[in-house]
Formats: sequence, structure tokens, C-alpha cells
Amino acid sequence: MKYRFSRKQLAIPYALFLLVFVVLPLVVIVYYAFTGSDGRPTAENFIRFFTDPNTLGTLLYSFILAVVTTCVCLLIAYPVAYALAFSGLKSRSVLLMLFIMPMWINFTLRLTALKEILTLIEGNLAFHPFLNSVIGMTYDFLPFMILPIYNQLERMDKSLIEAATDLGADAPGCFMRITLPLSMPGVMSGVAMVFLPAMTNYVVLDMLYNSTYIMGSLIGSYFSAYDWHGGSMISLILLALICIFTLLTKDEDGGDMRGGSLI
Amino acid sequence: MKKKGILLLILALALLLIYSPILILAVYSFTDATSIGFSGSFSVQNYITLFTTPELSQMIWGTVILAFAVAVLSTVLGTIGAIGAFYSKKRAQAVVGVVNQIPVINADVVTGFSVCILLVAVFGFSKDTYFPLLAGQVTLCAPFVYLSVLPKLSQMDPSIYEAALDLGASPAYALRKVVIPQIMPGIISGFAMAITLSLDDYFVATYTKPATFDTISTYVVNATRGSQTTIKTALWALSTIIFLIVLLIAVLGNVKKRQVRDGEE
Repeated sequence: MKYRFSRKQLAIPYALFLLVFVVLPLVVIVYYAFTGSDGRPTAENFIRFFTDPNTLGTLLYSFILAVVTTCVCLLIAYPVAYALAFSGLKSRSVLLMLFIMPMWINFTLRLTALKEILTLIEGNLAFHPFLNSVIGMTYDFLPFMILPIYNQLERMDKSLIEAATDLGADAPGCFMRITLPLSMPGVMSGVAMVFLPAMTNYVVLDMLYNSTYIMGSLIGSYFSAYDWHGGSMISLILLALICIFTLLTKDEDGGDMRGGSLI
Repeated sequence: MKKKGILLLILALALLLIYSPILILAVYSFTDATSIGFSGSFSVQNYITLFTTPELSQMIWGTVILAFAVAVLSTVLGTIGAIGAFYSKKRAQAVVGVVNQIPVINADVVTGFSVCILLVAVFGFSKDTYFPLLAGQVTLCAPFVYLSVLPKLSQMDPSIYEAALDLGASPAYALRKVVIPQIMPGIISGFAMAITLSLDDYFVATYTKPATFDTISTYVVNATRGSQTTIKTALWALSTIIFLIVLLIAVLGNVKKRQVRDGEE
């Protein structure tokens, strides 16, 4: 039979690629997480994580840092997104561009700039490690919170607000009962895009001289010690957290992921 | 109107917060000051250091070449993947879609670590071959290309492809001449996204790169641990140059968009 090209076959190389570089690494991580250095199956890594006060403290610290960072981002991003969507400016696309542009500058260089400013203000960064980490992460992740909220507000049917006003609602009532509920999907995807990096992006802490570990730093330290088994267990725990978190904050449209807001 | 004034004030304040560190650093990059806040006189020494120190220029070119290589590979893979999946059975498309989502939502630390452990610890590749680095970053970027091409395929009018076949084009020829041109905007934005992700990536690179090779991200992080002031201030110059390039691209993109819009009217 003569070979006949079909468009479906184009999926094969990509499916193979995903299998080798996405699925297989996860299988390997599960395998390494539940074996010891002698190669025998064991739950020791798992038990070690959940009984060691240090690692539990790291989990707690990254959780608190992520919660605080997400709240601060939300408190800044919501008014900004609201102002962008409701300012009625003609040059909105230019303004939006101004908020996206920092994401195209390498984040380590942006952090360098922030670090210089913070050093000037505080004198010594070592005195406020937690505060600096929150500022650094907020500075780094803010656009990821602004964009999904803005997209949601922009899509909103503005005549709903007029209708509510005509029916006698005051401005706060309008906001609480119409604008805020309608923007929730955007808030949720923004939260997902800030919370997870805030638990793992340890470079922000490193660069701002916060020597406390977060979950991401644990992987880094196991990696430096060539402890694949310990590192895999942390990766697996992070994966589980990411799965739970993604399911909790799932946006029905599913559109506003990292990439959706990048360009 | 009072409300509009408040909204504009919020936007102005936010932009001030976002841009002041970058702009202040840009001003100081043109002085001989070694810390911000200290007065210094005008000097372009930082820019001279940036372009004449072999270590720095190697790291910059390495990052740029890597980003292009990764973006080309990711764009080819992601595009053919999206085309193939789009014309496959619904269930196959759903499976590819779910797996594709994993690197998108996963923490980069986990992506980098897991690719490293597979290629280095299990398959025994040497990091010096650059293969783990390329594979790791393509794993990070290709899913985003896939996501940006897929919607363009569903917006396409399927009858044009069928018309081409009826008029005697082979499927491969029709794909090249009919499908690809129509999804080009998706392919281009996927490519741009891959470039950005690769340039910004720290975690995948740090787990998979050869020890002697540095990207901008890994270099800057290591430089902040060290105390060499000439390197530190040269990085201010780098930050300023990147900011200007980004600004230029943004302005050009906006002008282009306006031209397209005016042309339509």
C-alpha cells in the first residue's frame, strides 16, 4: 500500500516528545521518591519529610509567605486592574502594554534593581528578610495578578452596572454585588499564578539575602547534595500541592494561564 | 470627574512603583557610583566593561543563541503537535491537551529537577553536551506554542483546505500553502513566548546546564552572591540595555498594530 500523508500523523512526534520529557520524568520522580539510596522501595523519604520539624517548618514558612504575597498582590492588582478597565481611556492598550513590559525584562535583573532600592531605603537587607521577600515576590509576580483580573473586568457587560444604578443601587452595593462576583474567575487564576511561584521561587529570597528555606530551596539543596531521592520526594509533594491548588482555583474558561498573560 | 481622577492616580502610582527601580538603575548605570544613592560623575565605564569583558559577552551571546535555538525547536514541535492533535480524535486530543498542561502549571523548579534526574541520573547524559539544557527548556516552552497555535486552528475555515484538495493539491502541499499561513499569527506569538520564557528561565537552566556555561539569569544570581563591584555595576548597564530593547519592541509593536487598524478602517 502506498504511504499516504495525513494531518493526524503530525501528532505522533509531539505525543512522543510529551511522553519522554513530561510523563517519563514524573514517573522517574515517583520511583526515586519511594526508593532509598540502595534502590529498595521505602517510604522513608516520605516519613522523613513529615516528621522532621525543619522540613515542616519550611512548608509552613513557604505557605505563610505565599499567602501574604498573594494577598499583597491582590490588594495592589485589583485596584490597578479596575482602574485600567474602567478609566475609559482611549489609550488602554498602550497602558496595558506598560504593565506587561516588565515581564519581558529578565526577572533577576529586575530583582537586582529592586535590591539596590531596598538597600538604599533599609541600609541592611538582613534586618527585614520576610518583608523583603514579600516585596520582591510582589514586584516579580504583580503583572500575573493584574492581567487575568483586567481581562475579566474588560469582558464584563458594563450595562449591568447601569441597570443596577437605575434600580437604585449605590456604588459600593454595585461593586459588591455585581463587579466583584463577576471578576472572581480572574481573581482565582491570578491567585493560582502568584501563589504557586511564591512557594517555589527561591531565587527571590536568595537575591534579597533571606536565608530561610521555602519549598523550592529544599529541591535546590537536595540537588546540590546529589540526593535524588530526597529531591524527588519534595518535587512529588509540590506536584500534589499544585494539583490540589489548580483544581481549587480552576477557571471555567481555563484560558488565563501564564502564557495567556505574557503576550 | 472625581472618580476618573482617582483611577488615573492609581494607575500612575502603580507605574511609578513598577518602573522606578529600573529607571533609577538606568540613571546610575551612566555614573561611576558603586551603589545607588551615592553621587558619582557621568561615566560609560559600565557599558565598556559590559562589552569588553569576555565572561560577560560570552554569557549574553550564550543566552541569546540558546533562546533562539529553544524557540525554533519549540515552535516546530508545538506547531506540528497542535496541527496533529487538532485533526486527531477527540479523545487523543484531550490526552495531549492534559499532558501539555503539566509543564504550564507545574513549578519550574520541579520541571527542571525532573528533566535533570531523567536525563542525567537515569539515562546518564552529560550536561556538557547541552542536550539536557536544550531538552529542558524546550519542555518548558513547547507547550506554550501548542496553546497559542491551537485556537488559531479552530478559528480557521476548514472548507479552504478541502477546496485545495479538490483542486488537486496533495495534503502536505495544502497544509503548507493553506493551513500554515492561516495559523501564522499563533505560530509567531508562540515563538515570541518561547523566546521570553527561555530568556527569563533560571530554574530549568540551573539544573541542566553545563557547569561552565551561564545564562543571564544564572549569572546574575551568582554575581549577587559575589562582591565584585565592577561586574555588579556592569549588570546595571545590561539591565538598561534590555529595558531599552523591550521598550523599542513595544513601541514598534504598537505602531504596527495601529497601522493594521488604520488599514482596516
